[in-house]
Amino acid sequence: MSPKTLYDKIWDAHVVHQAEDGTCLLYIDRHLVHEVTSPQAFEGLRMSGRKVRAPERTIAVPDHNVPTTEGRDNPETMPEDSRIQVAALDKNARDFGVNYYPVSDIRQGIVHIVGPENGWTLPGMTVVCGDSHTATHGAFGALAHGIGTSEVEHVLATQTLIQSKSKNMKVEITGKLAPGVTAKDVVLTIIGHTGTGGGTGYVIEYCGEAIRSLSMEGRMTICNMAIEGGARAGLIAPDQTTFDYVKGRTHAPKGAQFEAALDWWKTLYSDDDAHWDKVVTIRGEDIAPTVTWGTSPEDALPVTAEVPAPESFKGGKVEAARRSLDYMGLTPGQKLTDIEIDTVFIGSCTNGRIEDLRAAAEVLKGRKVKEGMRAMIVPGSGLVRAQAEEEGLAEIFKEAGFEWRLAGCSMCLAMNPDQLAPGERCAATSNRNFEGRQGRGGRTHLMSPAMAAAAAITGRITDIREFTAAEAV
Amino acid sequence: MEKFEKFSGVAAPMPLVNIDTDMIIPKQYLKTIKRSGLGVSAFAEMRYDDEGNEIPDFVLNKPAYRDSQIIVAGDNFGCGSSREHAPWALADFGIKVVISTSFADIFYNNCFKNGMLPIVMPQEVVDVLMQDAEKGQNARIEVDLEAQTVTTSEGESFTFELDPFRKHCLLEGLDDIGLTLEKATAIDTFEGQIAQSRPWV
Repeated sequence: MSPKTLYDKIWDAHVVHQAEDGTCLLYIDRHLVHEVTSPQAFEGLRMSGRKVRAPERTIAVPDHNVPTTEGRDNPETMPEDSRIQVAALDKNARDFGVNYYPVSDIRQGIVHIVGPENGWTLPGMTVVCGDSHTATHGAFGALAHGIGTSEVEHVLATQTLIQSKSKNMKVEITGKLAPGVTAKDVVLTIIGHTGTGGGTGYVIEYCGEAIRSLSMEGRMTICNMAIEGGARAGLIAPDQTTFDYVKGRTHAPKGAQFEAALDWWKTLYSDDDAHWDKVVTIRGEDIAPTVTWGTSPEDALPVTAEVPAPESFKGGKVEAARRSLDYMGLTPGQKLTDIEIDTVFIGSCTNGRIEDLRAAAEVLKGRKVKEGMRAMIVPGSGLVRAQAEEEGLAEIFKEAGFEWRLAGCSMCLAMNPDQLAPGERCAATSNRNFEGRQGRGGRTHLMSPAMAAAAAITGRITDIREFTAAEAV
Repeated sequence: MEKFEKFSGVAAPMPLVNIDTDMIIPKQYLKTIKRSGLGVSAFAEMRYDDEGNEIPDFVLNKPAYRDSQIIVAGDNFGCGSSREHAPWALADFGIKVVISTSFADIFYNNCFKNGMLPIVMPQEVVDVLMQDAEKGQNARIEVDLEAQTVTTSEGESFTFELDPFRKHCLLEGLDDIGLTLEKATAIDTFEGQIAQSRPWV
């Protein structure tokens, strides 16, 4: 047999039909659904009298619109348009009989946190959702990607997707990560290196010692932002870390079935001599704590750097950088650590898991946020929130002056009331720094949870290594 | 879906690189449960000021480009979110074709589901088309899907590549779901197989 990549293996295991031109009908093992990109799909099913083919493989949860403040069980707390959208999901989930976690359920949360946490996401699966950050699930060695609403309807009706195969790209992070460097810094560095279009047409497999040494949660942060690099999906081959994480979760296989699954999962790796269409290698030791300065995730630099001059770029990026700096209110040559912050958002499908909250708590313990700072922590799910409360993290956050919120997407995309006002500048652990992303005129700097927590205290972008060293004296 | 027919139309030049789906349709317009009516909100934050007045400098607000059917764009058009509201908004505005050196994967797929044609051209061709588009409404660009050509107002023609299945579906206005359901037996068989080989799924 010819050598295969992990992507090749998962793909081959899901081909239902292959047309003469190579287009495949791919079987979908898990379909995650949220309230924003699904109403038109369910409406399409109703209009054509179709059913959901595999409701048992379909999981619905409201996350984008939901308020993250107490009392949200009362729909009256939502603006009318959000309420209609959440109500539509509620009705669609019940009418079509899919798995469903309403806001009143402790398991509710961001769809990409809910899936893994409840054992819906397993190695070797195909996972789709009408959301680009579906790439997150690739951390399990599952082929996972975002789809549009027409494709949501297609998957609901047929449990398949018409796909042409992407090319294979390997991103290897060798060696060890330096102290203070997290998965978020790794993925921002990768995107800074490849650009937001560098992965277009590819499925990326992340590998190398630095990736292997990450926990499942760190791996999810990496794969989550594969889409920011333009890739269809990001993958990390499953290993003992993966199997240990999966074992015992509610919807993961049990007993003999787990053992049988394990036998297959252990075959899910790229063969030594597999073909790669593109290879990128970065030394783990060279990665510094990283932040973004502009309005594209590729605008990422080590925190020790200065705001670049637009003329230092080439082609269309010169004008784009000029526009970014104007929007961000920054001047070339300004040190990134001199940029003052007035808002801190810790949360999202990128960094809203328990380890992210622990990292923030470690920085915030016994400290206070800078006066006038608006700071909020939005756990990724009700289960993450409960665990953080049990571990005493919530108390640390509240004492530090952070708002301690209920689970949802919140200020990552600001579809609920959590938004930036024009000109406000936010240290955010989310995934996109686009113009207007966190609110019209709002300015976003992406970074890790520890760095965002440090910025809340100092009031400016802060090098976590200096912060920790200063505190140690 | 309507069949995609040969047409010529005004092309709006949008040379900015990395035009993302948050720019194409900002999130406040995603709270709809319908597909239609988003055209007025396309590019809202670039197109209108805080009071909702048109910003005269924005290309689609200029008299020459108000009825554009084509966009000639900078690299990596449609990056970011998977929101199909982006092509819905463009289609509702009247856009049928977007031409760029590259498109984000999900946006590219989404276009075809809505009768829109994203065309990938090399940089030098995009440069020529961009210049032609800058002439305004006197310069109409012709798009012929059957022949896979784009022709400038000066009569200069360029061919483009396209997956034959996607071309066929656009030309015939075919519905994917209907086509896939013709393979229901194959799906049944596949499900029977995985019930044996991967029963935990």
